[in-house]
Amino acid sequence: MARQTIELKIKRQDSPTVSPRWEEFSLPWQPNMNVISCLMEIRKNPVTKQGQKTTPVHWESSCLEEVCGSCTMLVNGKPRQSCTALIDPLGDGVVTLEPLTKFPVVRDLQVDRSPMFDALKRVKAWIPIDGSYDLGQGPRQSSAEQEISYAFSRCMTCGCCMEVCPQYNDASEFIGPAPLAQVRLFNAHPTGRMNAQERLVQIMGVGGIVDCGNAQACVEACPKEIPLTEAFGELGRQTTILWLQQLFGK
Amino acid sequence: MAAPRVSVVGGGLAGLMTTIKLAEAGVPVDLFSIVPVKRSHSVCAQGGINGAVNVKGENDSPEIHFTDSCRGGDFLAHQPPVKGMCYAAPGIIYLFDRMGVTFNRTPEGLLDFRRFGGTLHHRTAFAGATTGQQLLYALDEQVRRHEAAGLVTKYEGWEFVGTVRDASGRCVGLTAIDLRSMKPKSFPAAAVVMATGGPGLMFGRSTNSIINSGSAAAAAYMDGADYGNGEFIQIHPTAIPGMDKLRLMSESARGEGGRVWVPKRKGDDRPPKSIPEGERWYFLEERFPKYKNLVPRDVASRQIHNVVVDMGLGIGGTMAVYLDLTHIPRETLKKKLEGILEIYEKFTGEDPCDVPMKIYPAVHYSMGGLWVDYERTSEGFLNLSSAKNQATNIPGLYAVGECDYQYHGANRLGANSLLSCVYAGQVAGPAVLAYLAGLQAPDTTPASVLESAEQKWVARYADLAKREGPENPYQLADELGKWMLENVTIVRHNAKLQETDAKLQELQERWHKASVLDHGQWANAPLSFLNQLWNMLHLARVVTLGALARDESRGAHFKPDFEKRDDVNWLKTTVASFAPEGPRFRYDPVDVSLYAPVERKYD
Repeated sequence: MARQTIELKIKRQDSPTVSPRWEEFSLPWQPNMNVISCLMEIRKNPVTKQGQKTTPVHWESSCLEEVCGSCTMLVNGKPRQSCTALIDPLGDGVVTLEPLTKFPVVRDLQVDRSPMFDALKRVKAWIPIDGSYDLGQGPRQSSAEQEISYAFSRCMTCGCCMEVCPQYNDASEFIGPAPLAQVRLFNAHPTGRMNAQERLVQIMGVGGIVDCGNAQACVEACPKEIPLTEAFGELGRQTTILWLQQLFGK
Repeated sequence: MAAPRVSVVGGGLAGLMTTIKLAEAGVPVDLFSIVPVKRSHSVCAQGGINGAVNVKGENDSPEIHFTDSCRGGDFLAHQPPVKGMCYAAPGIIYLFDRMGVTFNRTPEGLLDFRRFGGTLHHRTAFAGATTGQQLLYALDEQVRRHEAAGLVTKYEGWEFVGTVRDASGRCVGLTAIDLRSMKPKSFPAAAVVMATGGPGLMFGRSTNSIINSGSAAAAAYMDGADYGNGEFIQIHPTAIPGMDKLRLMSESARGEGGRVWVPKRKGDDRPPKSIPEGERWYFLEERFPKYKNLVPRDVASRQIHNVVVDMGLGIGGTMAVYLDLTHIPRETLKKKLEGILEIYEKFTGEDPCDVPMKIYPAVHYSMGGLWVDYERTSEGFLNLSSAKNQATNIPGLYAVGECDYQYHGANRLGANSLLSCVYAGQVAGPAVLAYLAGLQAPDTTPASVLESAEQKWVARYADLAKREGPENPYQLADELGKWMLENVTIVRHNAKLQETDAKLQELQERWHKASVLDHGQWANAPLSFLNQLWNMLHLARVVTLGALARDESRGAHFKPDFEKRDDVNWLKTTVASFAPEGPRFRYDPVDVSLYAPVERKYD
């Protein structure tokens, strides 16, 4: 028999300071639905499976095509973008939605990922250009270098890698995989290389690259297949060289 | 005297470029955005950014880019801003290269360029098929640098709700609501720059991010800012149909050789690969032997509509045509189009390297937007030291990016949007500086002006937060989208436009009976949406009534009953100004002094 309904179980939390609760929803099945179209259906008629009136579920989303990084949540326990979480491939069972666990909950499925943006400040994830004036062409780069850098520059600060990293948690100061990979990106750029040290010193102490436990969960979870662990290998090499240089006063 | 602060509303390419120009000049900026700026809609731009760098021995030049853009826009854009933009384009691309954008390269390590619609030249620089994302990230990084240095203060998760004006009408600040605490607050600003993007959400599903409600620009319009050419809405020919949104399939797919076709036989539902060449109809190639699949977007969308709706030749009787890349080697596709192919596969489960994609046109971009001024030089460029550039009719209020109307006339050429956003930001920075220099005493706004603006919005939201009623705002928005999509997009009929306007007024009535759905005081999205919807309904009338009045066909605006462009009566800018009972229109002349209008032909 063809599927009739979509069953959802959603973790709700009205504000950061109150306890979470679960609500269940049952929607008529339609072809090609994703998690977000389910949430959109719910807000057009916010009533639980049990017939209780409730408020629309709160979540964060924007582009709906997996380039903005907004809509990350736990779908059946797995961190991913809810826009590309199509319903049918999830199987016939109940679809469970929860907020990410490594960031403070704002409300329902929205969390506060500002620590990731703060980390980008800390590691100086930018090219320090002289100014936004017309100063002629940029440096030449080979196609091969461009391809590697492009992979890293697609990081959309979505938080999947942080969520699955065993080292990134309340008890640790580890900066997390995403900002580290940005150091790799900017240190490879012909201009960015000139300030490589400034970024490396930010990730050499406590909470830096040495805190990576090499669990490799991040690279598995990254929706853009960014070669995160390769970056950490490269950064380990760069920081070791810098450490030796500093040790011998060069 | 405190240094004057400037507020920028919106953190996409245009807002960030404006912010950089101001911060670089030492002006502190308050940057407001409903989302973390790195998540702005600019990320969705895929194919590239135009600039006549002429690396392929084709004798391309900024002048040809300029004439292509004027012709692409069916001569409705004022020409000096367009000329300024096209001549600045190569420098803009080099700037992004210096910022570290991972543009695709030639074997020699130079920037690579591809073809896009509406031109015969390779003029589009690209970073895979996520160019907008890459450009946005570059500016986001530069702004973060200024933020770390203390010149930029970000208000992310804040929504603009209105301007603050002094007794003379000058804009002296803005009111925004914190989307967590749901408290409105007024901020003083010596000038305010709107960079709030397009209004795609009024059409329900489109290629736009769902944050693109157009509500902020509509709020400025309802505060007295004029709105230009609202009826010009671009329909992109190739999008992936979906329940929640119509995802863009970049023009770069055709730029890299993608071919659009349908089976010749009506209702033919064989798998595409089993349909022999002789039984396929490459209708764009046949009808436009010169530009083939790379005719401008308005032309391609109308052709697809014609083939599917009028001739009934959609694939297997559905609303779709094929966009075929399967003749191009997989390695080439991976290198140049990876981002978009991945998206197609994630949403449809089919690999476009193996199977032709099924696509259909979708609402994509608004050429119209807040009316802004400019000052030209005798050579036809912009006078970059003028405070008039990007200035709305409200003193102290500026607009840049998709929410301005300046650069694209009746139809935008592909890969000109990233360019216009960045250029407008580059122009707005110095224009605001010139405006600040001309201010007598920037900090003399009485505190009471800010307080009363804030109180007005506190009262407004307190009222909205209490709303109970039979209507659901999201269902009203659905109805709005359905009507707009059906009647105010590719083909427009006056009778239908009239009916749509009546419907919009009915929706405005019903809006008063809409429930807020959630009476909570924390992160209440329906409360914010209720306010947005009111603004969207007003802006939808600007689009619909502008279309109704314009009895001609030009660019993206097509009326079968008035099939020709009518330069005698309609080579004019539509300018709408707000009145509670509905928009008032006036029509201004267009500066076409640099390139005289010619017939627009691509065959």
